[in-house]
Amino acid sequence: MNPFSSGTRLRDMIRAIRACKTAAEERAVVRKECAAIRAAINENDQDYRHRNLAKLMFIQMLGYPTHFGQMECLKLIASSGFPEKRIGYLGLMLLLDERQEVLMLVTNSLKQDLNHSNQYIVGLALCALGNICSAEMARDLAPEVERLLQFRDPNIRKKAALCSIRIIKKVPDLAENFINPAASLLKEKHHGVLITGVQLCTDLCKVSSEALEYFRKKCTDGLVKTLRDIANSPYAPEYDIAGITDPFLHIRLLKLLRILGQGDADASDCMNDILAQVATKTESNKNAGNAILYECVETIMSIEDNGGLRVLAINILGRFLSNRDNNIRYVALNMLMKAMMVDAQAVQRHRATILECVKDSDASIQKRALELVYLLVNENNVKPLTKELIEYLEVSDQEFKGDLTAKICSLVEKFSPEKIWYIDQMLKVLSEAGNFVKDEVWHALIVVISNATDLHGYTVRALYRAVQTSTEQETLVRVAVWCIGEYGDMLVNDVGMLDIEDPITVTESDAVDATEVAIKRHSSDLTTKAMALIALLKLSSRFPSCSERIRDIIVQNKGNLVLELQQRSIEFNCILQKHQNIRSALVERMPVLDEATFSGRRAGSLPAAVSTSTGAPRNLPNGIAKPAAAPIADLLDLSSDDVPAPSSSGGDFLQDLLGVDLSPASAPSGTSQPPKAGTDVLLDLLSLGTLPPAQSSSSTSDILSSSQDNKAPLANLNGLSSLPSLSPNATSPASAASMMDLLDGFGPSPQNHEENGPAYPSLVAYESSSLRMTFNFSKQPGNPQTTLIQATFTNLSPNVYNDFLFQAAVPKFLQLHLDPASSNTLPASGNGSITQNLKVTNSQHGKKSLVMRIRIAYKMKNKEVLEEGQISNFPRDL
Amino acid sequence: MIHFVLLISRQGKVRLTKWYSPYSQKERTKVIRELSGVILTRGPKLCNFVEWRGFKVVYKRYASLYFCMCIDQDDNELEILEIIHHYVEILDRYFGSVCELDLIFNFHKAYYILDELLIAGELQEPSKKTVARLIAAQDSLVETAKEQASSISNIIAQATK
Repeated sequence: MNPFSSGTRLRDMIRAIRACKTAAEERAVVRKECAAIRAAINENDQDYRHRNLAKLMFIQMLGYPTHFGQMECLKLIASSGFPEKRIGYLGLMLLLDERQEVLMLVTNSLKQDLNHSNQYIVGLALCALGNICSAEMARDLAPEVERLLQFRDPNIRKKAALCSIRIIKKVPDLAENFINPAASLLKEKHHGVLITGVQLCTDLCKVSSEALEYFRKKCTDGLVKTLRDIANSPYAPEYDIAGITDPFLHIRLLKLLRILGQGDADASDCMNDILAQVATKTESNKNAGNAILYECVETIMSIEDNGGLRVLAINILGRFLSNRDNNIRYVALNMLMKAMMVDAQAVQRHRATILECVKDSDASIQKRALELVYLLVNENNVKPLTKELIEYLEVSDQEFKGDLTAKICSLVEKFSPEKIWYIDQMLKVLSEAGNFVKDEVWHALIVVISNATDLHGYTVRALYRAVQTSTEQETLVRVAVWCIGEYGDMLVNDVGMLDIEDPITVTESDAVDATEVAIKRHSSDLTTKAMALIALLKLSSRFPSCSERIRDIIVQNKGNLVLELQQRSIEFNCILQKHQNIRSALVERMPVLDEATFSGRRAGSLPAAVSTSTGAPRNLPNGIAKPAAAPIADLLDLSSDDVPAPSSSGGDFLQDLLGVDLSPASAPSGTSQPPKAGTDVLLDLLSLGTLPPAQSSSSTSDILSSSQDNKAPLANLNGLSSLPSLSPNATSPASAASMMDLLDGFGPSPQNHEENGPAYPSLVAYESSSLRMTFNFSKQPGNPQTTLIQATFTNLSPNVYNDFLFQAAVPKFLQLHLDPASSNTLPASGNGSITQNLKVTNSQHGKKSLVMRIRIAYKMKNKEVLEEGQISNFPRDL
Repeated sequence: MIHFVLLISRQGKVRLTKWYSPYSQKERTKVIRELSGVILTRGPKLCNFVEWRGFKVVYKRYASLYFCMCIDQDDNELEILEIIHHYVEILDRYFGSVCELDLIFNFHKAYYILDELLIAGELQEPSKKTVARLIAAQDSLVETAKEQASSISNIIAQATK
């Protein structure tokens, strides 16, 4: 049996490999063999070439690299004998694929072999060409293949037909050459040729509308007749499978008829009878018969409408659906999906059965059935179907829960008839599979809850109940904590009690307990904990009696290892301790979130912001003029790292206000070019303590002084709201005040500075005992190379400077333009400043950062003073 | 269209792979690992189809071997089961009640038979008899060539004695 007669035989190598007990042993054997084969290749050993190649094929199947054997295939193919060619072509198909350059080298041998006198050699070449040819080879060898479609031996014709399929798939332009020869194959009697010919026509129709038209006109009748003959043919042992003559041919004919009938009433009409016959007469007790019925149903569904046939087809699917064989049920579900498009009403009749399939133990069937149920749901049946699905959610496998949850959420959102139902269903899903609920789903839920004013009490009580029993569902805890924070007073006072509710007694400390549990639970993630922290802050104002306890909890978190929580705790503690007067305003209930904005935002271009934010709703000030316009994504954005790309100045501004960790950059980043003064305010606020007491604009200094001594923040800050910069919405005094206080205790958070895209923190570029120079940066949109720098000079000495002159020099890759300074006299002791604008263009933007050498000359008490320095600590990316 | 054919043993060893769509060696290894993980763990009563990366994999177990074929979403799964069975029957006739060992030691023959059955991922011959006849004819061509070669080498050996 073994074709290899001497040396280390293939058989021995396989035995040796099979005898290996460990992977390491196997590798050793393979390595040894490969070394021997390489040596033989180098010696150009001809006698064992085919055996070596066979070994390589086996080795390749085990997953080892065998590229060094590729050339051997070509040599074997080029040799004259059939045995060599046979193994050579096999190796070619296994070791190479169409993407390897080496393959081009075989084109010539292939061409010769396609013209070989031995038909088996022609067959080998056709097979190899059909399995791995590239587009180039297809072009080169198409004429040979075309000619072989008329070869005398049918076995070559069938191979050539399949080879043509590969060719037209690779080079669709060649399709027209094959239309006529393909049509003549349809008249063949040999089943192999007929089957491959029909397949070729099918693929031709897919790549060429010309072919489709041609076959539709010329071949429809012939194909119908062929199908009738084969369907009525007497027992033919050679092609018989389970009492049916050549089911493969049946299926291919039905497939081609489908393509021809689609969108063409005449062709469809022509095939109606035979389709009806196949649909009614085919035996359905064996797989082969079912395969034909399945194909036939698909054809009936796809061709032009014939009511009677469609009823027949749906009935067949109904029968399939109740079949005990899982395979049959699977294909039935698959086909019902397609039938939905044609006749939804008929599919609805099978709803109960389909719903049963969702609960099948087979994952493939579950998946299909769920998709089908999803299509079946409409306004009328959403309630019972959702009920069934949610009930099933309780018992389904873990792997299936993700899919199921996503589908239920989507259905509930799409078809919910009323808000209370939506909220109820979502609560059930959250309690059962909260960990599978995606962020945007629970964000949406919060928006809905926020809008359902009359259901606030009901919702918070229901959530409180739910969270008592299922504490392990992260998103349930989040939504519950948010609602308790917002509507905690309604929880304890039974506000807005609905008739359907059971009465529940919750004390204020119970509500705090629930929130505390969320913070203390180890498995809670950062978002949940942060949300709980905020809820506590809110509760501290809602429940004065628990205020002390809440402060204790917050204080405990001051040492939290997570920076975010630590920072929040410190800030919140500050609010609780120092600012009783503004606290109630600060933690007022959140304004109703705008559904339209949220859904628009969600569907629009900023999904990233929603999905990546570790979003906890920010429960900050209500004094904002139009908070409803604020997209929830911003509201939810708690983390300082992922500042979402600002889309509107309003939303952006809100984010600024809400982000207590406020990165200085986000203010100027949104509005394209905010007025300078405003930017300064924010920037300066953040570099408190390092700034001179006097600034260019008077309002700025006001604010600064107020924030530094912190005596009467509210009064002084009133000036702030008139600042043009502070956005279209005009800030509320309360929010600004809190921001300052927080900063007062905390200082700027430098870690934010680098991540803030187009905006840059200000820089104390130069400082001596007598003078300070601060740079503020901005960029023109669309011109990243150019940086506008506003230099502000402050006199730190008690003497006035006259003849003030600032000079700067930059290296060659930079271009510098200096505007005139605002003045040449710098008042003493910081009682004023000089500003001067610089424009720097960086030709190596992104590669090198700015550097600058400066010289400042002035006269103090009529004495010349010269100060020099180098600035190399510019922000990167300028 | 069939994108690839895999034969995997119950232990997860690969017994035959045939790729009709281009997959790099790395992708092939990954595909095999992924699919054998899914298919070998499925229970006996479940359906024979697995949805995978937008394709469907139809598999059927014969004794210790899983025959798997990957097809497009809209192909006929039931027919693929028939094609798998068709292949198994031809192997069975060729080897005389085929077993896994036959396919290990004569893997090249399993490939030759497959090449008479499928080209370009499409079925080429519905008749088992025809396939058997074509394989037998080619096998005998190989035998004749070998006999000739050995007789020639005998003559050379005798002449050089």
